[in-house]
Amino acid sequence: MKITTPLTDDVIEKLHAGDAVEITGTIYVGRDAAHKRMIAALDAGEDLPFDPKGQIIYYMGPSPARPGRPIGSAGPTTSYRMDPYTPRMLEVGLKGMIGKGNRGSEVREALKKYKAVYFAAIGGAAALIADSIKEAEVIAYEDLGAEALRKLRVEDFPAIVVNDMYGGDAYEQGKAKYRVEGQ
Amino acid sequence: MREINCQEITDTVARLCIESNYYLGEDVLNALRHAREKEVSPVGQAVLDQILQNAEIAAQGELPLCQDTGLTVVFLELGQEVHIVDGDLNEAINEGVRKGYIEGYLRKSVVDKPFSARVNTRDNTPAVIHTEIVPGDKLKITVCPKGGGSENMSYLKMFSPAAGRQGIVDWVVECVDKSGANPCPPVIVGVGIGGTIDQTTLIAKKSLLRPVGQPHPDPEVAELEAEILERVNRLGIGPQGLGGRITALAVHVETFPCHIASLPVAVNLQCHSARHKEAVL
Repeated sequence: MKITTPLTDDVIEKLHAGDAVEITGTIYVGRDAAHKRMIAALDAGEDLPFDPKGQIIYYMGPSPARPGRPIGSAGPTTSYRMDPYTPRMLEVGLKGMIGKGNRGSEVREALKKYKAVYFAAIGGAAALIADSIKEAEVIAYEDLGAEALRKLRVEDFPAIVVNDMYGGDAYEQGKAKYRVEGQ
Repeated sequence: MREINCQEITDTVARLCIESNYYLGEDVLNALRHAREKEVSPVGQAVLDQILQNAEIAAQGELPLCQDTGLTVVFLELGQEVHIVDGDLNEAINEGVRKGYIEGYLRKSVVDKPFSARVNTRDNTPAVIHTEIVPGDKLKITVCPKGGGSENMSYLKMFSPAAGRQGIVDWVVECVDKSGANPCPPVIVGVGIGGTIDQTTLIAKKSLLRPVGQPHPDPEVAELEAEILERVNRLGIGPQGLGGRITALAVHVETFPCHIASLPVAVNLQCHSARHKEAVL
């Protein structure tokens, strides 16, 4: 399914765990250190460096761009490290996250509460994923280097719905299907 | 004494940092192709296709295999008849890392002040260097960039000797199970058994340098590897955790004698981007 950002509730309602999607539009990039700063900003009553309403955050820290390229390799990082920050980000309007790996129960509950979705990109397919990123710019926290907050323009960025707004979990479903009993 | 110049060491380390991050070993590629043939899950097959396609793109030399170009782990086998000249060995290696990560457009992923300010060192140094003195007049350098996602999925347990073989098998399988999609499966499961806590974790990591799927020369250990692999691939985690029969490409076990009271076991998971390159000077 092709989807565009920002995400609206009617699109999120159509997404189910296990669906393959191709995302086009603007997405934002931030990982551990950027999240720590964003939550500190919210705690201090400040605005975030971007308006999170309806937006997607991609948990990623790219390798340096070679001349003539918008970005270097750009695959997902493991998402659970952002779990402590995620419910707060959803509360202020974030609608999607792209990463890899399992999310905690608080995040999955928050996805239901705020109608949002967690996608996975293929970890370690970073050179392939870079193809779908057409523009990239650092918008805040430049001192963090690879961990700076970025804005990307993506076309047909490949991802899979892991956790939908209904409590579905593609990892649990996939594992249940292929698990061989008698462990 | 045979002399080896520090500049040669620096240049070699720089080259290995770049090569390891762009060119996946033929053993890893073969293991991935074999996994693609065996995987029954359509999603798992698609994931493996994309991983193989990614390796082809990276091998063109413009984009590294993964954006996480790792903390640089360097293994040295230093011949006792070698005299290192014109500098400091460890500094020569760190200079090589610095050079390789800058010239190769590799991500700088190391922070100092780890529990507080976490300040990026901006050149991916320091490397973690393990030096072993061996007979001979050569220096073997192995560069192994280790990604954070799979390194975080590492475990240590000080077993009571009574736990025995079965206790170890069950625990290693449990470690892979609870790691789920996090370490970027299909993984290579590195296991160290015996020694002390430092030694068991070191041999677990060193096991990852073995060609993927090459069984341990001791049949008893090889049998243990095969049994753990079979159990792990029944978990259903599959490529990227999306379900499938190939959760691990291989299980590598290394052993070391241990104290009569001890049975330490370490698990160090390696993602499918199993990068390492070596050179002998």
